[in-house]
Amino acid sequence: MAQSDTKTAAARRPYLEIRGLIKKFGDFVALRDISLDVFEGEFVCFLGPSGCGKTTLLRAIAGLDIQTAGSIAQAGRDISALPPSGRDFGIVFQSYALFPNLTVNKNVAYGLENRQATKARVAARVEELLALVGMPEQGDKYPAQLSGGQQQRVALARALATSPGLLLLDEPLSALDAKVRVRLRHEVKDLQHRLGVTTIMVTHDQEEALTMADRIVVMNQGIIEQVGTPEEIYRRPASPFVADFVGTMNFLPGTAAGQGRVRMGGVELATANGMPAVSQGGVVTVCIRPEDVATRNVTARTPNAVRATVDELEFLGSFYRATLRPSGSEPTRFRADFSINLMRDLRIAEGGEIIVSLPPEHLRVYKDAFTTTGDAI
Amino acid sequence: MGNPAPAAAVAAPVRSKVSRDDWLLRGVLVVVAAFLAVGILLPLYALLSKSFHNADGKFIGFANYQSYFTNPALFQSIENSVTVTVVATLISVVLVFLYAYGLTRTCMPYKSLFKGIALIPILMPSLLPAISLVYFFGNQGVIKGVLMGETIYGPIGIVMGEAFYVFPHIMTILLIAMSMSDARLYEAAAALGASRMRTFFTVTLPGIRYGLVSAFFVAFTLIITDFGVPKVIGGQYNVLATDVYKQVVGRQDFEMGAVVSMVLLVPAVIAFFADRIVQRRQVAQLTARAVPYEPKPARGRDLAFLIYCSVIGALIVAMLAMAAYASIVRLWPYNLTLSIYHYQFDLRDGGGWASYRNSIQMAAWTAVIGTAIVFIGAYLVEKSRGFREGRAALQFLAMVPMAVPGLVLGLAYVFFFNDPNNPLEFLYHTMPILVICTITHFYTVAHLTALTALKQMDPEFESVSSSLKVPVYKTFWRVTVPVCVPAILDVSMYLFVNAMTTVSAVVFLYSPDTALASVAVLNMDDAGEVASAAAMGMMIVYTSAGVRLVHALLTRGIALRTQAWRKR
Repeated sequence: MAQSDTKTAAARRPYLEIRGLIKKFGDFVALRDISLDVFEGEFVCFLGPSGCGKTTLLRAIAGLDIQTAGSIAQAGRDISALPPSGRDFGIVFQSYALFPNLTVNKNVAYGLENRQATKARVAARVEELLALVGMPEQGDKYPAQLSGGQQQRVALARALATSPGLLLLDEPLSALDAKVRVRLRHEVKDLQHRLGVTTIMVTHDQEEALTMADRIVVMNQGIIEQVGTPEEIYRRPASPFVADFVGTMNFLPGTAAGQGRVRMGGVELATANGMPAVSQGGVVTVCIRPEDVATRNVTARTPNAVRATVDELEFLGSFYRATLRPSGSEPTRFRADFSINLMRDLRIAEGGEIIVSLPPEHLRVYKDAFTTTGDAI
Repeated sequence: MGNPAPAAAVAAPVRSKVSRDDWLLRGVLVVVAAFLAVGILLPLYALLSKSFHNADGKFIGFANYQSYFTNPALFQSIENSVTVTVVATLISVVLVFLYAYGLTRTCMPYKSLFKGIALIPILMPSLLPAISLVYFFGNQGVIKGVLMGETIYGPIGIVMGEAFYVFPHIMTILLIAMSMSDARLYEAAAALGASRMRTFFTVTLPGIRYGLVSAFFVAFTLIITDFGVPKVIGGQYNVLATDVYKQVVGRQDFEMGAVVSMVLLVPAVIAFFADRIVQRRQVAQLTARAVPYEPKPARGRDLAFLIYCSVIGALIVAMLAMAAYASIVRLWPYNLTLSIYHYQFDLRDGGGWASYRNSIQMAAWTAVIGTAIVFIGAYLVEKSRGFREGRAALQFLAMVPMAVPGLVLGLAYVFFFNDPNNPLEFLYHTMPILVICTITHFYTVAHLTALTALKQMDPEFESVSSSLKVPVYKTFWRVTVPVCVPAILDVSMYLFVNAMTTVSAVVFLYSPDTALASVAVLNMDDAGEVASAAAMGMMIVYTSAGVRLVHALLTRGIALRTQAWRKR
């Protein structure tokens, strides 16, 4: 598994240590032996399809649904069996869960009033928090009078009010309109950066995870598939599942040809990313992202050059996605993204023939034969 | 450090620590469950055990049952009960079906008026419509000729009275079932060229089949366990419910009363479980994407249903009007001058005005205490964390009262509380026992109402407040209760009105000091003071109607006041 040190990671003890976590609902196993470290000040995203266990993991960390087995330690303290009220976290839900009968001020002050602070100090803190989330002077409104984005900011302010050591976000942006969502992504990330609060966010939206997280934990069917920076997850997916779930990927059947080479129908390709442990002639899956398929300045002598026919061109606004069929008897087709510019310069058209290269540094080979969940060709 | 190696040994299962909040909730849950255990389980056990003992308290196995089933007179009651119940159920479901169809699937005018009229029977103790029937069809009835020589005292009267009595109950069920229809199915049927008849049988009926089945079961249970109508108008036609009363109050044969109660429990329990199964299936009926059906005007149909609903509505109003009129007529049918003579209850047996005051007091206590217990109980079932067995047990206990007819409950209370060995014996013949009995009797519907409201609240409110370390009772008081005020008002009004009108359970439990208005209706009718019985019945109606009015005003006032935070 890829090592992924944040700058300070190795030096310190992890803030959150999760060891051997198992969660069962009856016969269904939602988490299978999850172990994970989260460091202080980190923004970590749990990413995965619905039912992968990411929310279950978050709720176990919060103590809302305590794990069947395994341990969790926060700041060196074992919190495995503690109820939520015995732990130190603030939480924001997809539904916001703002108290509808209380004003914004009272919602934010809800956790403060219980701590024997004076009224004036509570009011000052509430004001500070509302300013922090960009909602000054809205304190007298009720949640129902606010837009979804505003409600989410209030929920954030309420969760941060007691200065918790850990902020948990459960799909906080999923219920919002696309544009508000994009804006809030930056605001939340920026806020987290300024406050330096350790944050875990659950999301099924890969774009959200890629733009916001310091590290992403990709989950699938109750296990962690990969942990890494957004760049690592995208560039060096550890498994076909990650490759498929994050971004777009071509999955092509091939056979191992020895010495870092694979055979795909009529062509033999080199990879710079190492080969899985498969004996020569064994079945492998060859992966490359559509945007990594090179066309400019490619000749027949370029490494991994393939002659291909343009079967289809799909216009996607800022670029074209081409479906290419390699020459020869090969039925395998793959997708490549071409900019408008490139299309014009190289005069690419449906039915035409071009030479493309599948650069060895972008070619990844996996052991398992894999069927994509998405739009396989 | 990405993903540290998993712990070598198999981790031991985690036992979650119980927080102070959780202990508090569990403690309260145990208290509520104990209340219900005392209110329903233990009395039922006492009843069951009584049916196996003789008058001297000796265990005699099935001997009581044997003598019951070999007594042709008593056995006849089973046949009678089933006959009138089946007939009355079929008639009322058909009548209500057409009425509800008019209200939901046509464009006839005055729908809300008709809906309101159909709810009138809820305000009346079931004795009262029977008394009205006596004035219409009795020996001195105004239109007794309509019966062509048949007597109203017997199955005919029972069927008519019961159809009236259950009307609002099944209407509520059918209105819900019919309003939950998906317009897209009708559009699809029309697009495929289905005839109206075919659409009715392939779309309409299947769509409401669960509602219909549920209506059948509810009507069947209500009718077979009802005591008020056959008591007043049954004459010599014995049914199970009147047998219980006669065995206990008339012949003081408590053991036989217990046996008949057990027999009466059977159909009620069967209907209860059948209804639960049906309800469970209905859940998946309507998806969130469904488009509600909007009827389009069709003159002939709309007019036909307007006429039909007007006729039914007029009959319902007439039943009420007759009771009201009879209560203020000096001496029916000879002296029709109006007077308040029959409202001078203190001049008659049955408890006088004191019984009315007792009823108000009992209903008020039931509403206040009952609502608190029911709401807290529902909250614990729905919102507390962990302690799954306890919550399931409380949910079960909350559902039991639905399956127990009032008469059976009342008699069970006699056996349980009127036992010198019972430390709770001091409650017998007091106001508190009437309150406890009434709360228990109507617990299930109130519980389900509260549960529905609580289910609509965001389940994460509790999660958020525990993350903010706010004690659970504070969130309950500051958020849950204010948000649920409409449901709380509904529950308290439901309990109040039922406490005013109920007669079946309390008829065994009142003492001379705690006589109730509804029981006074029964006793005055028994004593031949029918007009005074009607008058007392009308007092109950006026009170219930007044409470409903106050409830409506309160609900509207709260809706206005909380407009700012309630989305509509």
